[in-house]
Amino acid sequence: MTLHKISITINGGLEEVMVPSNMTLLRMLRETLSLTGTKNGCSAGECGACTVLLNGEPVNSCMVLAAECDGATVLTVEGLAQEQRLAPVQEALIQEGGVQCGFCTPGVLISSYALLERNPSPDEDEIREALVGNLCRCTGYVRIVKGVKKAAKMQAMPS
Amino acid sequence: MTLDSHPTLPEFDYIRPATLVEASQFLGEHASEARPFLGGTDVFVRMRDGFLNPRYLVDVKGLEGMRDLDFDPDLGLVAGAAVTLNRLIASPEVQAHYPLLAEACRSVASYQLRNRATVAGNICNASPAGDTIGACLVYEAELCIHGCDGSRREALKTFFLGPGKTTLRPGDLVTAVHLPPPRQGSRGVYLKLGRNKLSDLAITGVTVLGWPEAGLPSGFRFRVALTSVAPTPLLLTEVENFLADQTLTPACVQEAARLAANSCSPIDDVRGSARYRKQMVKNLTAKGLSEVWEKLGK
Repeated sequence: MTLHKISITINGGLEEVMVPSNMTLLRMLRETLSLTGTKNGCSAGECGACTVLLNGEPVNSCMVLAAECDGATVLTVEGLAQEQRLAPVQEALIQEGGVQCGFCTPGVLISSYALLERNPSPDEDEIREALVGNLCRCTGYVRIVKGVKKAAKMQAMPS
Repeated sequence: MTLDSHPTLPEFDYIRPATLVEASQFLGEHASEARPFLGGTDVFVRMRDGFLNPRYLVDVKGLEGMRDLDFDPDLGLVAGAAVTLNRLIASPEVQAHYPLLAEACRSVASYQLRNRATVAGNICNASPAGDTIGACLVYEAELCIHGCDGSRREALKTFFLGPGKTTLRPGDLVTAVHLPPPRQGSRGVYLKLGRNKLSDLAITGVTVLGWPEAGLPSGFRFRVALTSVAPTPLLLTEVENFLADQTLTPACVQEAARLAANSCSPIDDVRGSARYRKQMVKNLTAKGLSEVWEKLGK
């Protein structure tokens, strides 16, 4: 099986990695780069636990080949906090109790972060629609939705 | 058989051709062992489940024109094969002139998946349940295909041969989906019956488009497409012709819905029984036709 050399910017840092053809972006993040915040849930593009931003847009990293990502920019949950400060969406999810077992949380955070980037003041329907692809077996979603609403308010306030 | 909840992808070689000619040549020479892919949202799942095991996966997203999205009032819409569903949904031209396509794209899976999935991929996958296919059928889509003998166009309505089977030949790849200029004053609906409101595959999908047409008794022409209720998506010319000859009445809408139900041949599966699907085709076709008729200003 062919190996491909790729250059990829992850959470602001440039990485050069050799990847086999069948390695997904998810496996490369977790197993080659030890960025294990991103989770492997269903391996079928349904649960969203593996959501990362690829060139600014959320994707299921289990459904992307690492070899496709030469020259790409990726943001994972590890890249959300800046200088030891949690991103508003992280802070808000904690405050609203939107985290229980935590397995879905990295994906929920990335999807919510992306939503707030493209729509800084989403209503409840827009939040629920943006999170359709992020399954959570614990919270029942109500607290997650509250958390995203709170994050939108926090981001709107001048810091 | 062992149950592996996190199967890795089987081994294959990832190939990224530089030109369309190179891509067709490679796909033609390795017809039984190479497969083109765009977003991969169907191919990867089927590979992990063991239904597909290509030796080569050929990434055609970066080829010339594949990411172009152009609209011209005289020529219509040309969506490069690698244009994602989210790009189509966000396009002001698609929203204004082909709203059914935007609506159908929005009904697919999740936001993340729609950042990878494409209409061309949905079409080439040739699933009877393809969500975006009904809209493409009623808009009279043509496929731009590049093959070993050069480029050609093919009407979507004759493209499907069976589940997963199309008229594509070895070396062929779809480079774009072309929708002719929109019908003036057209209105449509896509009624997707799923197990939940968003994200699931359709149990039954009914797409209806109507537009004013002089010379018809009712003043309108209606076109109906069905998905998930036959081995291929269906464009119901019989229903279209029936309605074209009638002065519209609620009874005539019911008769058209009965014809639609008779035209399909659904199966029993995990999402619903054949009998249920047939009944839903009847109900949703009647609902769809009534809604479009209302929107057209009956």
